[in-house]
Order: sequence, then structure tokens, then C-alpha cells
Amino acid sequence: METDDRTVRLTIVGFGHVGGGVAEVVMRKHHAIKERYGLDLRIVGIADIKGVVTNERGLSESEITKFRLGDESVMAEGISTRDMIKELDHELMVEATPTNVIDGEPGLTHIITALESDRHVVTSNKGPLALQYRRLMELAGRRGKMLRFEATVGGAMPLISLIRNNLAGNGIISIKGILNGTCNYILTRMAEENLPYEHVLREAQEIGIAESDPTKDVEGIDTAVKLVILANTVFDMDATYRDVKVRGITDITPDALKLAHDAGYTIKLIGEVDTTGRLEVAPRLVPIRDPLDVSGTLNVATIKTDLAGDITVIGKGAGPIEAASAILSDIIGIYDTGQSQTKHLQ
Amino acid sequence: MSDQFIYPTPNSYLEAEMKISMDIELNDIPGQLVRALKPVSDLGGNILSVLHQRDKKTPSGRVPVQLVFELEEGRLEKLVEKLKSEGMQVVRIGKERMKDSMVVILIGHIVHSDIRDTIDRIDSTGFAEVMGLSLSMPGVDKKSSASLVLSAIGKSELKDALGILESTAREKGIMVISPI
Repeated sequence: METDDRTVRLTIVGFGHVGGGVAEVVMRKHHAIKERYGLDLRIVGIADIKGVVTNERGLSESEITKFRLGDESVMAEGISTRDMIKELDHELMVEATPTNVIDGEPGLTHIITALESDRHVVTSNKGPLALQYRRLMELAGRRGKMLRFEATVGGAMPLISLIRNNLAGNGIISIKGILNGTCNYILTRMAEENLPYEHVLREAQEIGIAESDPTKDVEGIDTAVKLVILANTVFDMDATYRDVKVRGITDITPDALKLAHDAGYTIKLIGEVDTTGRLEVAPRLVPIRDPLDVSGTLNVATIKTDLAGDITVIGKGAGPIEAASAILSDIIGIYDTGQSQTKHLQ
Repeated sequence: MSDQFIYPTPNSYLEAEMKISMDIELNDIPGQLVRALKPVSDLGGNILSVLHQRDKKTPSGRVPVQLVFELEEGRLEKLVEKLKSEGMQVVRIGKERMKDSMVVILIGHIVHSDIRDTIDRIDSTGFAEVMGLSLSMPGVDKKSSASLVLSAIGKSELKDALGILESTAREKGIMVISPI
């Protein structure tokens, strides 16, 4: 359709479920993205703990597969992740290493290195944003580069871009919602089956919904980190993870869920941020059939605005393809400045 | 449900102040309004609002006044007597007790941390009270759960009551789950 296709060379740092998901959707949607947006997305480098693989013309599917399997024949020798970010010619880095809320590393260094090397950055890593949001945004601003992070909050749920683009002009009064699918799954099952917390946690671990160390999810840390990102982006706070008042779900009893139900409520782990500076994660009573009463691993957020009233978004919060979807939309968003907002890929 | 029982509502609110709205009619002569308000404060009441409508006289030429005040319930009768003896007519008495309420859930060692004291701290405010409590105790040493109905004379008082409950609960290691 468009003749002047623009080549965008990508690197992916962190090749776990999310990074792998990004590679998969970029490959799968390559043709459609080229047709619709005139963007020729090429993955020229991938780095993670195993090593680095590069190909200036774009990695082939077989090279990517070999890298994933740890085949040393494709690994670039003597090149560190930082070398790749700095030296390899590319326009955009996808940072998909795991979140670390203590010091944000290694993601923080990757993002800083990429911005200083004049790369755009799209990330699913919450740690750097929850700890150093302002510093990173200022660095991106100085370099004239974009730092996008839709995948950090609510997975595929388009929360940040919805507020930034579609609700532009509205004053945002508050955002409250369920931002962690693991907690929502556990509370939903406890309520439905009248089962104790420990039992449902084990069940969630068995089917892969909860991690073997579930602390980050069940203690509300993951929700708090996402809330900080919303506070900083939407409410222009300069908050860090440590500013959030956090309580998790480990003390919730089946009896409490039953009593709540008798009174017309259910219990959900709710993150809430508002213009008064409230920044809180806690189990809360949600009226049954309230828009926030969603079950299973779903995420949901209600945005209270001054003009448009309450807007509620529901979506899959977790999962590699969902995160990859958010990353892909950020990548396209950086290059597609408005003219094809209504286009959708098949 | 065998392990659940309803606690009797504590009766300490009987001494608490209640919010009362009262319509009275005054003779249209100077100094009447002050004479109507004085007994309220003499009896320890707290006047919240006075609506004095001189331009809306009754057919018999009296001036309607609507008062809203807080007063100990036991003193209401005395007040009415006093107003009548001053030549005023008490047309209507509306008792507005606790108007706003919310459900909260508690989890923790609720009974062993002196549930009576927890309730008293709310009730003793005068503007709020615990209207009901359902308790579920799974066994000795295990954390129990309760749902509790907090009521107050207004929205901001209800918020204050929740604040008192939350700080009491924090002291006692009890978790409070409040509505969104």
C-alpha cells in the first residue's frame, strides 16, 4: 500500500516469556504491520543471560529459535548486553527483563544505556519505572527519545494510552482497580469454593497462575509497583514504590468472604490512586456486580474523570502474548503519530 | 450457620446524642427566636441549623421555624415542655438518628482483643455507633472474621468513625476491609 516503508531495527533485551512473545508477534504480524503502517520491523539483536545474537539485516526465525534453545553456534562472542545496546545500530530497544523493585537492575542500566545511545525504549519492566520514573523520563526528553511502558500496567489492558490519548482533556480524579491477576484468581476461587487461602494458593501454583515464590503478587507488591507507574504518569507524582501503603491478601479468610457476600460484597485486592495523593493497595469490599467485580485472572480499572464520568476497562492482565501485544502497540505508537489510529491489524 | 452468631447491639447509644429536626411556630413579636433557642443550649444541646421564615407566616399569623440540633435523647421531653411553657407550638419532631452506614469486614483475633472496647470506641463518639455485628469463629487460636455495620449521623462522621475503627484495629493487629 505505502511505498516508502520505514525500517525500524529492534533489539530485545531479556528473552523470557515476554521477550519471546514479542519476537513471536513481531514475526507473525510483520507483513500486516508493513501493509498498514508502512513499518518494516526487524529484530537485529537479542540478549539475555544466555548471551547475545545479532544480525544487522534482521534475525531469521531459525536464528531466534536456536538462540532460545541455547545453541552456541548463533551466539555472538565477546559482546555483552550493554555492548549490543550501545554498538549495534538500531532504533528501538525492547526491555523485557524481570522486575526488580529493590534497585531496578538490570533493567535500569539497560534503559539508561539505550536512551543515552539514542534508542527509543519500550519496556514491560516495572522496576526501573517504579523507582526512577522522573530521571528516566527526563533522560528520554533530553535525548528526544520515547520511553513507553504500556505493558507494565494491566498487561493488554490499554490503560495508559487510553488516558493519554482517548481521554485527553479530561481531568483524572482517581483510578482504582484490580491490577494483579494472581490475587484476583485466588480471591475468586476462595469466594466461590469456600476454600482457605493456602489451599487455593497451592492450586494456583500447580496450574501456573502463581509463582513458586508468590510473595510479589500476594503481598500486593506487584499491584503497588503498577500503581506507582500510574501515579507518576497520570497524576504527575514523583512517587516510588516505597510511598505506597500496601496490604496483601494472605490474611483473607473464607469466613470473611462469606460475611462480605452476605452483606452484598466481595473482597478484591484494590489499588487506588487519586488527586489527593492517596496511594494505597489493600483488600477492599466491592459491591457484587460493581464494574470492579471481575473474576478469575482478569484485571480491571475504573478511571474517574471530570468530563467523561467513570470509565472502566477490563482485560487480561498477564500472559506473554498479552504483554507482547502491549509492547507491539507501543512500538507502533512511537512511529505512527496519529494518522492511522483507527487502523487495526487482522 | 452454627459458628456464627449475632452480637446484641450495645445499648450505650441510649445516652448518646441524637440529631433532631423540629418545626416550631413562634408568636410574631421581637425576641421569640432567642427564647426558642435558649432551652436547647440550656439542656446541653448543640444547634446545627436554624431556618427562620418570617415571610412565610401561618394563617394564624405565627412564624414557622425549623431547628436542627443534637441532644441527648432523654432530654427531648423536657425541651418540648419548656418550649410549650414559653408559648411556642411544637408542630413536628423528626428524630434523625444515624443516617449513613457502611459495612466493614474485620479479620483477626477480634474477640480476644476485646470486641466490647472496640465497639465502645465508636459508640462513645456520640455521632456514630456499631449497629450490628456478625462474627465467625473457626476455632480457638485461629483468626476470626466479622462483619460490622457502622452508622453515623452524616457522611463525614461516618468517615471519622471508620478512621477510629482503623486506628483501634491497627493497635490490636486486626485487619479492616472497607468498601471502595
